[in-house]
Order: sequence, then C-alpha cells, then structure tokens
Amino acid sequence: MFRFTRTAIEPEPLRGELADPACGGYASFEGWVRDSSDGERVRRLEYEAFEALAVREGERILGEAMARFGVAHAACVHRLGDLAVGELAVWVGVSSPHRAEAFEACRYIIDEVKHRLPIWKKEHYAGGDSGWVNCERCAAPAAHEAEAPAAQTHGHAHRHGR
Amino acid sequence: MADRRSSSSSAAPPLFGLVLAGGRSTRMGRDKAALTYADGTPQLERAMRLLAPHVARAFVSVRSDQADDPVRARFAQIRDRQENLGPIAGLLAAQAQHPEVAWLVLACDLPLLDERTLAHLLESRAPERAATAYRSSHDGEPEPLCAIYEPASREALAAYVAAGRQCPRQFLTESDTLLLDEPNPRALDNVNTPQEYGSVMSLMNPQSSGAPRQQPSGEVKRLTVQYYALLREQAGRREEALESGARTPRELYAELSRRYPFSLGPEMLRVAINSEFGDWSTPLADGDAVVFIPPVAGG
Repeated sequence: MFRFTRTAIEPEPLRGELADPACGGYASFEGWVRDSSDGERVRRLEYEAFEALAVREGERILGEAMARFGVAHAACVHRLGDLAVGELAVWVGVSSPHRAEAFEACRYIIDEVKHRLPIWKKEHYAGGDSGWVNCERCAAPAAHEAEAPAAQTHGHAHRHGR
Repeated sequence: MADRRSSSSSAAPPLFGLVLAGGRSTRMGRDKAALTYADGTPQLERAMRLLAPHVARAFVSVRSDQADDPVRARFAQIRDRQENLGPIAGLLAAQAQHPEVAWLVLACDLPLLDERTLAHLLESRAPERAATAYRSSHDGEPEPLCAIYEPASREALAAYVAAGRQCPRQFLTESDTLLLDEPNPRALDNVNTPQEYGSVMSLMNPQSSGAPRQQPSGEVKRLTVQYYALLREQAGRREEALESGARTPRELYAELSRRYPFSLGPEMLRVAINSEFGDWSTPLADGDAVVFIPPVAGG
C-alpha cells in the first residue's frame, strides 16, 4: 500500500503489516532529512505532492516491484508538509521468502518513487533562503546511490520524467 | 522520538480501521469493492485511503474465500470467522483479533462519503461510550457502517451474535451509542444496485452521463488547472477554473505563461490530465482537469 501522511511516520506498525509466516526476510529503507544540501545548511524541508496521481503511480511502482522481484509484500509511506532535520521523510518496506529479492525490491521502489512520483521538496536554508529542489536548486548527487538500502540520507537525481 | 505508549492511562484506546469488503454484492451483480467512479479508483481503495490517515492500522475485512482477490490482497486483512452473518462478522473478527482497540468501521460502498463526515465522526468520538455513529438522514436510525466501536462494545457484540442476532443497526440502537447528525445528508448513501450506481455516477460526474466529450475545435472549454510547488508560487494560487480556447496542454501552458511569471519551460514539465499522466498534444475536452508537473524530488 502506498500512502501519504502529514504526521510522523512510525515504522514499527508498518513493518508489522508486512509480517507473513511465508516470509523469511524483510528489508526497509528510511529516507531522513539531512542538514545539508549541495554545501548549504538546511534548516527544514517542505514536501508537497499531487496526491491523486502520486498514489496511483506509487501503487503501480509497488506492483511492479512485486511482479519483477517476486516479493510477497511491499509498502511505502511518504511524508508531506514541514519536516525538521532528522525526521523520517519516506519509508519503504518489503517482505519476501528470501532476502536477496527483498533488498532488490526495496531499492527499486525508492529509486522509482524519487524519479516518477509528483512530489516536490522545498529546502529552507540557514541563511533564510529557500528553493524547490530540481526546479531552482540543483540537488547534490545522491550519496546512497552506490550503497545498499539501509537507513540513509535523502539524495536526488537530475533525471526528470521518463 | 517520544514513546506514545507512555501516554496516560486515561487516554482513549487506540483506533484501528476496518473497511468492510466481505459482502457478496448479490444485488449489484458485480463486486462492489472493485467498482469505480469518475476518478477510476476502486471503492475499496478509496475507502482505505480515506481511513488510513486517521487510524494506527488499517485492515480490510474479507471472507476467507476472498483473501487472494487482487483488489483485496494488497491490504492487511482480517478474515471472517463465521459465515453468513453479514457485515457484523467483520467487526466481530476484528474485535476478536485486537480486543484492546477501538474500530473505525467503514463500508466500501459509500461513494459519497467525504473527509468532512469522517472528520466530524472522529472529532465527536466518545471513548467512554460503546460506540459513536451517525443518525441516518433518511430514517433517523443509527448508521452502523460508518461508526466507531469502542472496546467496551466487544463483549456485548459477541453476546448479541451468540444470541442468534446479526443486525448491526439494532445492536447500536440497544447499546450506549452516541448518535450524531450528518454534516452532509448524502454522505452515507450506499450503493447496492446498478440503478443506485448509475444515479450516484451522474451526480458525481454530470458530463460523463450526458453528451459525449466535446471534440477539440479551438472552442471555449471549461478547464480546471491545479498548480503545485514552484508553479503554485508563481501563479499565486493552487487551483483555478477557467475558460480557454486552448486545444492542447501545450497551448494552455503557453496561454498561462502569458499571465504568470513561470520560469520553467514546457521541456522541464510533464502533463497530467484528470489525474493521469498525459501528453502535451492530447486534445483537451470540456471539464478536463490539467496539472503541469515541475521536476520532481520525492524521497
């Protein structure tokens, strides 16, 4: 299930919804609000989404991940509104009979979510300035793109659309 | 992060959500959970979305033979433990599985149910009573399938069913139920037959039931445009209804760019028409809702 929330994401109950006796593995990704972006100090973030389309496309991504990697359950929750540094911005969870597919599906989902969903992020900087990422500000390349899915910072790619 | 479990013992029991989708849809002749209206979203999914932001966990109530149905399989499920009891079986199974929580129960056949009605129910919730529900705007009786059942109702409900009874409405009438007036008198109209479906469909989407979509001809169309993020700031608004002769999104964006100081060219944007990705050259029709999508940055 893909959904948005305007209150803090609590991973524990979300993880519980993926529990399945047929599954031996669970992988999750948490995107956190980082205190810097492209060399600037970030004070807070603001997320906005075109929810009707984003939920639909988000569900499609989860469906693709399940079909492609054969995982049993997949879910994603994205935060909207004002977020402070350190807060959880996005959560992805996958459970499957074996771990390899769970990792791969989790990675696939977060990458596609970043590139395909109509979600926008405005960074508010220490100096009082602010800007919409990828519209007015070039975001720094994603630090985690080469790393395994685990608790990580947020990152951005320049790619837009398909 | 603060631990929510440490809150005081006088706090209301946590609220879980249950969307009832275990019916047989006999009168409708097709699965009510999968029915769609103007926005193309199956009714079950719509109900789950309405519910999800308000509850700690959300479940769909199913009969055991429906568990693998694709419309239902995507959600956490609670399976009926007794057959042929109707909707009360779903609540009974939910209370048996999580006896310590309150349940916000929604039927999946309430296409007119709105945020306002749900919010009013939640704000008015009386955790010290057995249940909180609406009084039907049609007959003044309790509406059991958009209601909150507190843990205090669990034993009474089990006894009610054990006594061979199964009408949830009557159960609420006999219980300590807080009854509220509906803020929107049609919000809880349910849809059981193809006729009711047709009438709600035309109520929600007048142009779909009448004349065919207007063909593009440069004629003036009524359009809605929604703005997000940078475009919202530059347009100084979230949404507007306008009349335009634009035949395509490309022409519409050019028209809007003359009015607003948009800094993003069309090559930076994508287009959505009626909440689905579209193309810059898709012909626009009267009543279309158009969104121009700036470069995204989720995650």
